[in-house]
Amino acid sequence: MTSLPAKTDKKLGLVIDLDTCVGCQACVTNCKEWNTSGHMAPLTDLMAYGAEADGVWFNRVHTYEVAGHEACGASSSRTMHFPRSCLHCEKPDCVTVCPTGASYKRASDGIVLVNEDLCIGCKLCSWACPYGAREFDVFEGVMKKCTLCVDRIYNENLAEEDRVPACVLTCPTSARHFGDLGDPNSDVSKLVKARGGADLMPELGYQPTNKYLPPRARKDTAAAMPAPELKPIATDGLLGWVDRLLSR
Amino acid sequence: MAFSAPIEDDGVNTSPHVSDEVKTTTCYMCACRCGIKVHLQNGKVRYIEGNRDHPVNKGILCGKGAAGIMQHYSPARLRKPLKRVGERGAGEYQEIEWDEALSIAIGWLANIRATDPKKLAFFTGRDQSQSLTGWWAKQFGTPNYAAHGGFCSVNMATAGIYSIGGSFWEFGEPDWEHTKYFMMFGVAEDHDSNPIKIGLGKLKGRGAKFVSVNPAQTGYSAIADEWIGIRPGTDGLFVLAIIHELLKSGSVDLEYLIRYTNAPWLVIDAPGTADDGMIARDPDGNPLCWDQKTKTPINALMAEVAPALRGNFDINGKRAVPAFQLMAERYLDAAYAPHAVADRCGLPAATIKRIAAELAHVAFAQQIELPIAWTDWAGRKHDKMIGRPVAMHAMRGISAHTNGFHTCRSIHLLQMLLGSIDVPGGFRYKPPYPRPIPPGPKPAGKNGAQPNQPLGGMPLGFVTAPEDLLLDAQGQPIRIDKAYSWDHPIASHGLMHMVISNAVNADPYPIDTLFMYMANMAWNSSMNTAQTIDMLTAKNADGSYKIPHIIYSDAYFSETVAYADLIFPDTTYLERWDCISLLDRPISDADAAGDAIRQPVMAPDRDVRAFQTVLLDLGARLKLPGMVDEDGAPKYPGGYPDYIVNHERAPGIGPLAGWRGDGTQQGHGAPNAAQLDNYIENGCFWRGEIPHDARYYKMANASYLAWSKQMGFIPKAEQIVLQIYSEPLQRFRNAARGHGAVQPPDKDRARIDKYFDPLPIWYAPFEEAAIDPKQYPLHALTQRPMHHYHSWGSQNAWLRQITAQNRLFMHRETAAAQNITDDDWVWITSHVGRVKAQVKLVNGVNKDTVWTWNAIGKRKGSWALKPDAPESTRAFLLNHVISDRLPNSLQSNSDPVTGQAAWFDVRVKVERAADHEQNDAGHTFGALNPPPGIVTGPDVLQYDAGHREAAE
Repeated sequence: MTSLPAKTDKKLGLVIDLDTCVGCQACVTNCKEWNTSGHMAPLTDLMAYGAEADGVWFNRVHTYEVAGHEACGASSSRTMHFPRSCLHCEKPDCVTVCPTGASYKRASDGIVLVNEDLCIGCKLCSWACPYGAREFDVFEGVMKKCTLCVDRIYNENLAEEDRVPACVLTCPTSARHFGDLGDPNSDVSKLVKARGGADLMPELGYQPTNKYLPPRARKDTAAAMPAPELKPIATDGLLGWVDRLLSR
Repeated sequence: MAFSAPIEDDGVNTSPHVSDEVKTTTCYMCACRCGIKVHLQNGKVRYIEGNRDHPVNKGILCGKGAAGIMQHYSPARLRKPLKRVGERGAGEYQEIEWDEALSIAIGWLANIRATDPKKLAFFTGRDQSQSLTGWWAKQFGTPNYAAHGGFCSVNMATAGIYSIGGSFWEFGEPDWEHTKYFMMFGVAEDHDSNPIKIGLGKLKGRGAKFVSVNPAQTGYSAIADEWIGIRPGTDGLFVLAIIHELLKSGSVDLEYLIRYTNAPWLVIDAPGTADDGMIARDPDGNPLCWDQKTKTPINALMAEVAPALRGNFDINGKRAVPAFQLMAERYLDAAYAPHAVADRCGLPAATIKRIAAELAHVAFAQQIELPIAWTDWAGRKHDKMIGRPVAMHAMRGISAHTNGFHTCRSIHLLQMLLGSIDVPGGFRYKPPYPRPIPPGPKPAGKNGAQPNQPLGGMPLGFVTAPEDLLLDAQGQPIRIDKAYSWDHPIASHGLMHMVISNAVNADPYPIDTLFMYMANMAWNSSMNTAQTIDMLTAKNADGSYKIPHIIYSDAYFSETVAYADLIFPDTTYLERWDCISLLDRPISDADAAGDAIRQPVMAPDRDVRAFQTVLLDLGARLKLPGMVDEDGAPKYPGGYPDYIVNHERAPGIGPLAGWRGDGTQQGHGAPNAAQLDNYIENGCFWRGEIPHDARYYKMANASYLAWSKQMGFIPKAEQIVLQIYSEPLQRFRNAARGHGAVQPPDKDRARIDKYFDPLPIWYAPFEEAAIDPKQYPLHALTQRPMHHYHSWGSQNAWLRQITAQNRLFMHRETAAAQNITDDDWVWITSHVGRVKAQVKLVNGVNKDTVWTWNAIGKRKGSWALKPDAPESTRAFLLNHVISDRLPNSLQSNSDPVTGQAAWFDVRVKVERAADHEQNDAGHTFGALNPPPGIVTGPDVLQYDAGHREAAE
């Protein structure tokens, strides 16, 4: 089994804003196009032109409805979009169950990676991950996963402003943020604090690095957005009121 | 600040080589026209990202744009010109050389041009080069030209252009930086999608309220502060009820209405006369208002008058009343009260009242001011810009109904009453708009097209009166699609959806050749798929096809390829030159005019040619004026890029506005041989900023009007007065009432009278009014997902993994009432047909509505997908139940004003399919045979632009 670093120098990860994610899939395909020629290339697609196409995707967005939750505001339910990728947990069982050391968590930045040369394709890691973040490449026989774009975020061949994961770079609604969640003064840590960012399934104890920002309260009631009720014009109605002398 | 690479010692290369070369161009994965940077490695596309400097997308890119690699390398790409050798639809083709293909086309086209040019119907689908294709049709001499606007958004374009001199999306946008309250009506999520997504992100971050009015709660609606799940086709009622509330409470911006709209213009009240409902004018033709100071009628265009908004005035012996009064009297009527419309809209009256109150509160109590000094059209200086921070946007859900024109006009009326057109926080024009209402020119072709002669002008334009219609001596339509006839008088974008049907029925006449580009009419782009396939293969008694020749250009093996006689294979968007021109649909934003180009980032690896270059080649071979020089030699031997640089529509005005003349001129200037290089150096776009003091109140801002005129956008730097009351509509109504030289036939009089109301009206969509609502109780809608663009996107190896089967979304309670459970297969039946679909039960949909994703269902065998692909076994097209005619009628299923295809009007019933039918969609269309060279993609796709080679 593979051991974890006692602590990591940084905790690089993502902050994902569920308030503004419209489920457009931009992060999904941008991840795919970057990474299919990236560190874990290629991201194999089986039967890409037939039934039951089955490709390797490091990032997927799910759409579902939530009912009876405060996020629904005055409605009984709401549609939610939920982007899902590796959370780069601080206590990831996907690493500790790995029999070969292929899965590992970097001591420097906390990124969880797979060394394909050591991977025997046993899939124990995917069973251990409660978030479904592991992606098995059936054709290659190895496990693949989100690298947090480790080949972008430090890449000196890219302009500094482009040294962020592809999913963050492309997000049209600015729902995705990247940074060091181990630094309480980082922009992402401040954002998490300000917006009540939360861990996904914290009860499992994996201590995900990535955080999700909950939807903001909806303004869909009179109480949420106080606007005085419109009252009819008292005197002789609108057409009397408009007799005011107004010049062009 | 970026992080520096740590020492991890795990062998990971954190600074790999990214690409050999980066080229900028313009995306074409949908209609948004975003700027992209294409990384090339080892001669392959490594990565496509948004161009941070580009005004449309500012660096971001959507799910479609990022999947461009799979579009470029699609196995469905055509490789060589094709000639049909078997029956239409049989899929028997022969690959031919370009010379032969062009010769065949010339044989047909030269004969048509020499005999009767209108026998060519040239319809170009999702064309981004309409200023070229329209000009080509003009030079050929056929009035039978349009692109796909007639089944997309002509209601929005026309209602906007005739009301406020601009329109949603193409010629306007919300003030994302300042608005505090944003209302979005019926927006399908693939239109203007990146700008809207960027904008919504900003609004949510700023705490502005976002209201989405849409029967389906999908992407944008999901993040709205309030989702209003309205019943389809009733948005107009909802808006007019809001107007009722605002008028009743005096919550309208009278100063704005007086200064910027025709609210004070006097309307003649003389029933039975030709002047009735017309604007009272002085001898010079200026509109009159009643000046309260001098108690006289006075030129309403003058500054400093104090016009009355109500009253009866005697103008040269005729009674006249201000347009405002007519408007107010109409909507103050109890018929427009919230409680009177609530049930039909499917909304509580209290919700309508609350939204009206919120709009008024934000517009007036939360007024904003920008400290920007400006000068109005009359030369008066203002030290600040007042803003009413209420913005609106609307699209398909308003457009695709038979009441869409008036509904869109209702929304614009609401904006005008709130004083929120082109003010800080409101809706903002994008250049070249605002333009005069309506702008010129008028559609050409009144002489019916003459042999070997060009048309007198462009085929599409803006009519202002019955005299502008394209009618023959008998009053019959000149155009094959009946645009600009009494059927659809203000059909500003033509009616692509009626061309095939009318041609086959020889109504108004048969044609010789149908020439189409990027329009999948044999499948998802027709209102009714099965009927269209029948028509494309329909024959005369002698065995000849009713449409004798069909030429089609597409880059891919779409369903329509199988029904064409001659196929010109197009390039992909990464292999071509293009121009996104100010003469067509540019990339302007509210702060700047802009246009853009595509440059080839790679050379085609097959025998394909860009359609626009082929068109210019055909034009030269036909010796069309403007396409050959004096000696008859091709004027643009370099093809489309040659034309883009050197064509002049008027002296100094060309397809591109940037870097003209010596390279420093913009707007006007002689052709500049280095222009394309200049564009490429700038990231393939040009952006000419509007002066800082000219960015709001554009319709009345002296600085803007002068700039616009100098750029060539408007003929005169005069105020553009917004039209709450539309006199051009009244001209048609008066013709229907027996006035004027051009009058409708008797059968059309009542229809024209009713629908050419100069003030917005609401009426039930035609299909709803014609069917028995108990028999067809549900509305059915179709929209594209944000990650697909028609069948071009949904065949993409990556995008189809996200959605390869569309479900029918149905409200849980509606389903439960019919014992339909989740995942059941159901029959959707309308008055014309039925189709089977698998349901997905949801809460987030209007209970009287079912909906699905569009253009995912595919004909078996097409698009190089495998025969078992879910697209042809489990997906479906709603088009199978939509009719292009009204129930029991020959009248087209279109808006009576504009001819907009009303495919959101369809009414259906939904019933659980029998137990033995619970397996798949049960499609009965036969499989299409692919052309030579088309083989389905590999079972194992491992796209890698070089990492593996580099690593080894």
